[in-house]
Amino acid sequence: MSGIAHYLEDEGLSTVVVALVREHAEKMHPPRALAVPFMLGRPFGEPDNRKLQTLVLRQAFALLKAEAGPVLVDADVPELDNTGEDVWVCPVSFITKREETDDVGKRVEREIAELRSWYELGVERRGRTTVGLASVTVHESAKLIARYLSEPERPDASDPVNTTNSLRWWASDLKAYYWEAATAQPGNDPARSLENWFWKETAAGELLLQLREQCMQHRAEEVRDIGLYMGGDLECQHYVESWREVDAS
Amino acid sequence: MVRLAEIDPGMRAFLTHYKCPPIDTHAWSRGPNLSERRVALISSAGLRRRDDRPFDIGAIDYRILPMEKRDEIIQDHTNASHDRTGYLQDLNTIFPLDRLDEMAASNEIGSAADYHYSFMGATQAQALEPDVRRLAGLLKADEVDTVVLCPV
Repeated sequence: MSGIAHYLEDEGLSTVVVALVREHAEKMHPPRALAVPFMLGRPFGEPDNRKLQTLVLRQAFALLKAEAGPVLVDADVPELDNTGEDVWVCPVSFITKREETDDVGKRVEREIAELRSWYELGVERRGRTTVGLASVTVHESAKLIARYLSEPERPDASDPVNTTNSLRWWASDLKAYYWEAATAQPGNDPARSLENWFWKETAAGELLLQLREQCMQHRAEEVRDIGLYMGGDLECQHYVESWREVDAS
Repeated sequence: MVRLAEIDPGMRAFLTHYKCPPIDTHAWSRGPNLSERRVALISSAGLRRRDDRPFDIGAIDYRILPMEKRDEIIQDHTNASHDRTGYLQDLNTIFPLDRLDEMAASNEIGSAADYHYSFMGATQAQALEPDVRRLAGLLKADEVDTVVLCPV
């Protein structure tokens, strides 16, 4: 973002960067930057908080009054708690339990059916859905992931580029469907709680973890990368391992 | 204030070592009063319209996001390490088009642009320069004079 700001400014446009990682703005020194204290993925604070989102924009625009730069200012906004692990309870309670079948694909199919009314409620309330990266339904995405797990070398999976795009879109749509269903009702749904619920309590999370393991063993680097990027915390663990030696040196 | 020391150790390691080569244009563009400015948003979240071309891994190009099609915007970023649960509940958490609209309606800003844009982040800034300079032409054609850059 800071690099884009430099080039746009050079073309005669005024810019303000909203900076989630203050240290990067310190290195890149864009003309104007407002450092916000929010988690990665939430630069304007939190969903459905119009007041806070407007406050961030106003403080960003205030930097346009500066006579010279670079200007880097910390936003004057409230601290947010995105964990909520002690208080959040998922409104969705699955009927299908693991002991009924070991076939994770079948359990995901049932979960999707059980979540349908919640998902549709969320779409109706918001007037939009973020499902739709893949050109197939969520139900089909889950089936295709299960099939890929059982037949990773089938002919139509031989092209790494097509395979990687399909896998990440199917997985992203599955996650979006579950989270939109779980947040269908108005209220505060902490990010960490939603992540934990998906990865630890749903068959879909179990399915994607299996998919990740399989991708990580694939001969094609593109497919291994998609496995790497499939789960947020696991992706972070990879970064820890990657940089351990660098940190030690 | 969140600092690298306070966020997830994996992301801290990644972000600490992420290359940020300086770009010393020293450019500084002034503009009119805020109430006369026309504002566009640019995201690095890999946003696109549902029926638009997908972003490839390592993409350096951008997608156009018409204001009137905001309900069709989805996130096509390849990385999963940033939160998505906020954006899927409310696009304004990462791309505050509604807030911009409201500020235009109340005359806090002059107007919100008709078109907004998104790159997919995690790309070295220098690789983006040709596309960003072309994009500047589109922005000026839309009479935009001010851009808010929205990370993810």
